[in-house]
Amino acid sequence: MKQYSIPRLITKLLLPLILLFALYVQFHGDFGPGGGFQAGVIFAAGFVLYALVYGLDNARRIMPPWLLRVGVSLGVLIYAGVGVAGMLLGGAFLDYGVLDPHDPVHGQHLGILLVELGVGITVAAVMVSIFYAFAGRGR
Amino acid sequence: MQILGLYNYWIFIVLMMCGFYVVISRGNLVKKLVGLNIFQTSVFILYISMGKITGGTAPILTGTATVYSNPLPHVLILTAIVVGIATTALGLALVVRINEAYGTIEEDEIHAQSEDEAL
Amino acid sequence: MTEHLPALQVVVPLIAAPLCALLRPGRAVWLLAMAACALCLLIAALLLDRVLAQGVISYAMGGWPAPWGIVYRVDAANAYMLLIVAMIGAVVMAFARPVVEQRVRLPVRKQPWFYATYLLCLTGLLGMIITGDAFNVFVFLEISSLSSYALISIGRDRRALTAAYQYLIMGTIGATFILIGIGFLYVMTGTLNMEDLAARLPAVADTRTIRTAFAFLTIGISLKLALFPLHLWLPNAYAYAPSAVTAFLAATATKVAIYVLLRFFFTIFGAQFSFGTMHLDAILLPLALAGIFSASVVAIFQTNVKRMLAYSSVAQIGYMVLGISLVSVTGLTAAISHLFNHALMKGTLFMALGCVSFRIGAVSLDRMAGVGRTMPWTMGAFVIGGLSLIGVPLTAGFVSKWYLILGALERGWWPVALLVLFTSLLAVVYIWRVVEVAYFQPAPEDRTTGEAPLALLAPTWTLALANLYFGIDTSLNAGVARRAAEALLGVGQ
Repeated sequence: MKQYSIPRLITKLLLPLILLFALYVQFHGDFGPGGGFQAGVIFAAGFVLYALVYGLDNARRIMPPWLLRVGVSLGVLIYAGVGVAGMLLGGAFLDYGVLDPHDPVHGQHLGILLVELGVGITVAAVMVSIFYAFAGRGR
Repeated sequence: MQILGLYNYWIFIVLMMCGFYVVISRGNLVKKLVGLNIFQTSVFILYISMGKITGGTAPILTGTATVYSNPLPHVLILTAIVVGIATTALGLALVVRINEAYGTIEEDEIHAQSEDEAL
Repeated sequence: MTEHLPALQVVVPLIAAPLCALLRPGRAVWLLAMAACALCLLIAALLLDRVLAQGVISYAMGGWPAPWGIVYRVDAANAYMLLIVAMIGAVVMAFARPVVEQRVRLPVRKQPWFYATYLLCLTGLLGMIITGDAFNVFVFLEISSLSSYALISIGRDRRALTAAYQYLIMGTIGATFILIGIGFLYVMTGTLNMEDLAARLPAVADTRTIRTAFAFLTIGISLKLALFPLHLWLPNAYAYAPSAVTAFLAATATKVAIYVLLRFFFTIFGAQFSFGTMHLDAILLPLALAGIFSASVVAIFQTNVKRMLAYSSVAQIGYMVLGISLVSVTGLTAAISHLFNHALMKGTLFMALGCVSFRIGAVSLDRMAGVGRTMPWTMGAFVIGGLSLIGVPLTAGFVSKWYLILGALERGWWPVALLVLFTSLLAVVYIWRVVEVAYFQPAPEDRTTGEAPLALLAPTWTLALANLYFGIDTSLNAGVARRAAEALLGVGQ
């Protein structure tokens, strides 16, 4: 494979920033625009860029398909788990207020943080899975 | 000039009709999906337009703004965008499989092959 | 935990789906999926019991009260629907394992995804029924639709792929129309809660926006429920999907769409607006009759039995829509009880065909010669399902046809009643073609296969016997249907 040094270098420089920005969008979702959907897609976009420049095999080594499979399920389970936790603590399904028995507002923060984390994990894993599935087809 | 003032709704109608027309008129399965995407996107514009309030800012309580846009349609359409992505991905996956099974993604050629099979 | 039943109804399959995806292929996945389906059925039965005893149950998601948050609202109509879907979901899941292991185009390592997708489809269908929020209906509709496209595409025949693609295109157009309709409703009322919508709509009902919303919703839902002439996606999708998937979708997906139709037209818009102002019955009635007649005739000329039954499904949907277009308690009772009865009979018939294709590998008429003797139990179930489909007394199918004819006569539409009788005779013709081939033609010499395994026969016969049971004891299918009809029309109680 021919070495294109400029895209490789730029990718190396950009990748940490993309992933960091994804995490910023993820966790700043409490206070400003952002959240799991957007963060997941940005996170996945970083991997797609890496796979485009460094090849699918290298990307698969960093983010193996079994990990994606776990990620896809794990996100949904975190989301549903938070909901069920609310139920067990005496509230309704997805009632974040009861997550912290002393301070409902803190409970709301905690709940939305965890739920968005679940969303983020699933969206990122699904996006990378879709990319792998299409890119790896027919090879 | 009320008609021009509602230009985003006109864009919605034009995009919707374009997308719908592409879905119906094209025989290429990928082009059909492109049309379907345009069709869905037009609805996103409809929802986003209805949430916009002139002069309104993002609905974050900062203490300075008094007019906020309605966030609910935006949240709804975020869900619909995700649905759109899932539909497109699934549709393209099916097209890839159809191409592997039939060797073509033209509707009439697939139809001809299926006719032969039925006989 | 009993107060959480409405949430658990949807959450149980939702949690089970990713768990299934995490497990390795084998028995454990199926056991988990089966347990989830059984739990769903139990919850649905408990919910129906409670609703019949205490009246409407409301459940505020996340503790956000009614007009602001998403509310799950269970009344007689949707508790009844939940029971149908959960019951079919559980019975077909019991049937699915041998089919998935041997009769679908899916590598072994990917088999857990089948169960995950199936459970997601169940989640979507149950969610559409239980939710009291108009936009939530769209979300769950897409969850169930997307998973059903995937489920259809794993059929062994390569035409399953094109069928799934066609369904995806038409289904997405339908869902997007529904989305536009809901958007217009929101613009005019500022609410998405169904009860709130119903309360606020009359004030703005006489506007072009609401009438447009009504039109978009009608077309969108009609596409999803395969109302003639928007049924073109259905025959191929049902014919080429794996038999377990066909049985599940044929018995649930279109039924749930009919329920959504009822919910929008009767609860949200109100019967007065839908039928008094917009004269929806003037459109539904001819389409229903044309659908019943043409689909029954087309079914007679099919050689693929699965396709024949798919066309028969279009005709049966016509009966349900006919019941709705009568706009009376009797007519609605007929439609709603036919939802239940049709789920039973089509479930039985498609599962019996699944048994046949499991052994013989095909369900075309010429290949099915003599199966009546080599597979007596399978074809026995098929005959019971067929009799129920025709509407022979003492089967479940008779009950709904009876109410349908009563409803037509109540309105003084005796030609409609006669047409229902006549099209039942068409059903006799196409069912007889299968019976004739199966019992009166000799089996090919080289056929060595015998009866289907018990794992397939047991669920098939469960539904077959249910056809007979509910033909005699009509307290559930007709009795509760009547209460659901009264709840939708807002009379009685």
